[in-house]
Amino acid sequence: MKPILKRSILITIFLFVGIRGAFASGEAMIDSGATAWMLTSTALVLLMIPGLAMFYGGLVRSKNVLGTIMHSFVAMGIISILWVAVGYSMSFGNNILGGVVGWNNDYFFLRGIDTNILEAGVPEYVFSMFQGKFAIITPALIAGAFAERVSFRAYCLFIALWSLLVYNPLCHWVWAADGFLYNLGPKGAIDFAGGTVVHISAGISGLVAVFFLGSRRGYPYQVIRPNNLVITMLGAGLLWVGWFGFNAGSSISSGLSTAQALTATQAAAAAGALSWIIIESFHQGKATALGFASGILAGLVAVTPAAGVVQPYGAMILGMIASVLCYVAIQVKNRLGYDDSLDAFGIHGVGGIVGALFLSFFIRPSWMADAVASSGGKWSIWNQLGVQFLAVGIAIVFAAVMTFLIVTVINRFVKFKASESDEMAGLDRSYHGERGYGMLNPS
Amino acid sequence: MKLITAIIREVQLDRVHEALIAAEITRITVSRVSGHGQQRIEEMYRGQRIVPDLIPKIKIEIAVNDAFVDITVDAILKSARTNGFGSVGDGKIFITPLEECIRIRTGERGGKAI
Repeated sequence: MKPILKRSILITIFLFVGIRGAFASGEAMIDSGATAWMLTSTALVLLMIPGLAMFYGGLVRSKNVLGTIMHSFVAMGIISILWVAVGYSMSFGNNILGGVVGWNNDYFFLRGIDTNILEAGVPEYVFSMFQGKFAIITPALIAGAFAERVSFRAYCLFIALWSLLVYNPLCHWVWAADGFLYNLGPKGAIDFAGGTVVHISAGISGLVAVFFLGSRRGYPYQVIRPNNLVITMLGAGLLWVGWFGFNAGSSISSGLSTAQALTATQAAAAAGALSWIIIESFHQGKATALGFASGILAGLVAVTPAAGVVQPYGAMILGMIASVLCYVAIQVKNRLGYDDSLDAFGIHGVGGIVGALFLSFFIRPSWMADAVASSGGKWSIWNQLGVQFLAVGIAIVFAAVMTFLIVTVINRFVKFKASESDEMAGLDRSYHGERGYGMLNPS
Repeated sequence: MKLITAIIREVQLDRVHEALIAAEITRITVSRVSGHGQQRIEEMYRGQRIVPDLIPKIKIEIAVNDAFVDITVDAILKSARTNGFGSVGDGKIFITPLEECIRIRTGERGGKAI
């Protein structure tokens, strides 16, 4: 009798606590369909980071392959910790300091969201982890701009500070319910999955860092060839797959808007990839594998802010425009001679700007009708374009200024650029003491 | 005509390459080789220091006319020494007589084909 009695008391307590927990979180019920998709999306976005590591890793010389892969991997360590500690709070807490960032004591180390369920029917832990993956990949994208020439220690410091001082505030402005860009115009500045927050901010920051750090030794006179385009292609493939979590997951649901975002993503990536190799065929005479991969990325980056509001034809046009302008941007880079090594700005910066601005022309009619209704009668695509311009401009200026400050400060304490001998010996040997390949010939 | 074969450290490759180019020696063949010498090097795997059995090195092969032998050797000596002073493991240079040299494209032979 005794154990049974004990058990029934425990069950009663459990039920009571459980019910109280549900009431405390605003009576939201778990929607298992939405939760399952959001868990999948979270995993898919995490998959993009090894994907990015492979994409970047294949593009550098063989002496830097591990160092470059580590730039992505170490972000999974550093940013995950920061995100749990303060990042989620700074991004999705309530406005403090006049709305510059957010803060919520409950989100500090996620200690107060143990039983929270969002109105979308998803546990807040899932939403927090999903958003955390975006925070990881954004600084890792920047690494492509200054590949093959930065000290590992300084890089670690850089992404930590950048995440705290650039990503979290931007994320708060654009995605938090009380962020000022979220509330610009009748339905906010459109950034469905991170055109401004992720791609423009990373691209611009990369560009600023490149001007601060200077080129790799020997650039552009010495030919610098990719060590392994095969892993680059595999990485691009993983990025495409992961992007379904990135974009379709950003609906924070499992329904119509998820399907719309997913379809737009596929259409834009395909259009971008094909456009790139067609342009290349006319310009250089050959359709390259790296060109196809670059086109995939250009299309995906451009549709990122737009996936929630454009229809498939619009997504395709966005992908095409992005490929054309990214291609031009890389030609211009080659003319100007600055060393954005893996084209973090050329693809993510330019593609993100293209997507965030041009999406205004392809918004689905029902969205515009809602905007007109909530603005009280008049809201045209030109009004929305104005809002988009403002959001993009703010992201550019903020990311550029802050990155310049962060790099300057770090450089006072730890030399950011690798020393000449470290750079010549390669990042793998100088900072990790390992080698990526056995006997692959030097390139 | 001589064939100059230099075995150098991997980390010195860029310096040696640049020094050769500066001395206007531009026709070289580079390959990755491994072998035993007097040197011990350490690598790190999962926090353990390991001394590999065969040490990876770079082999550079350069065919030159006799007048360029000293220029080439000087360029390599200057650039292949660790920190400019030298330490065990900096490598060796071998010079061997070269019987014939033929440019495949034109069929030219001898010194002018180099």
